[in-house]
Amino acid sequence: MSEWFAKSAAQAALTDVPEGRRWVLRGGDAALAAAGAAFGASLPAQAGGVARVAGTPRAALWLGPDEIWLGTSMDDGAALEAALQTGLAAHAHSLVDISHRNVALELSGTHAAWLLNSLCPLELTLEAFPVDTVTRTLFSKAEIVLWRTGEHSFQIVLGRSFRGYVSGLLAEVSRELAAA
Amino acid sequence: MLVIHCPYCGPRPELEFRHCGQAHIARPLDPSAQTADEWGEYLYLRENPKGMHAERWRHMHGCGRFFNALRDTTTDFFVTTYKCGEPRPAVSGTAPAGGQR
Repeated sequence: MSEWFAKSAAQAALTDVPEGRRWVLRGGDAALAAAGAAFGASLPAQAGGVARVAGTPRAALWLGPDEIWLGTSMDDGAALEAALQTGLAAHAHSLVDISHRNVALELSGTHAAWLLNSLCPLELTLEAFPVDTVTRTLFSKAEIVLWRTGEHSFQIVLGRSFRGYVSGLLAEVSRELAAA
Repeated sequence: MLVIHCPYCGPRPELEFRHCGQAHIARPLDPSAQTADEWGEYLYLRENPKGMHAERWRHMHGCGRFFNALRDTTTDFFVTTYKCGEPRPAVSGTAPAGGQR
């Protein structure tokens, strides 16, 4: 990771999220309902919605009207995959494993939204982008999936080859924090 | 920067969108019954209005969906956006200059 200039981790910190399993699920209402039952929680229907299963690492992210990302830890991956395939067997759907495509970064600290907004035009106030909102968007030239996991923490899911580009740009912007 | 209202996601920065040409162009149901001129017209001839224009847009770096938009080409004002398959909304006159939504 590039040199980081924030004065403290409380101000801004960038860390790697442990590797996990991810799937893209596409399908009609019946398929999504069946997938929700297998997943353990109703899949989000609102734009930008996130559904988590309490007590597990499972999270479902709304990325489009018929596109849901399902994620969990490496350990839980096989169990979830088996449950989904069983639950979805009777419905037309597409379930694609994209675990190897993406990596995730965690950006946290009081200046996390400010750092993101340096190169991402999305409005990131708590009113416009509350906790547990997710969307695909752009960070400079890189397409990212941005998930607000807390008031001052964001998970950035991005293509593996963009990791150095995005973390390097964030590090470059963090020079402003050192100067302020 | 313009803010474009995606019918699925709400207001988003224009960088996430791609322009995809004129809207409401239906493919002829029986292409082999078309004359060369008719087919050429379908393929290549597009309007270039000064004023209100119905266009296809795609929320490329968002939900990925195509939708239609009514845009005033003289002011770059997006009057409204609507989902594919819905009829073109009736809007008369021109949009205010320099406006954004």
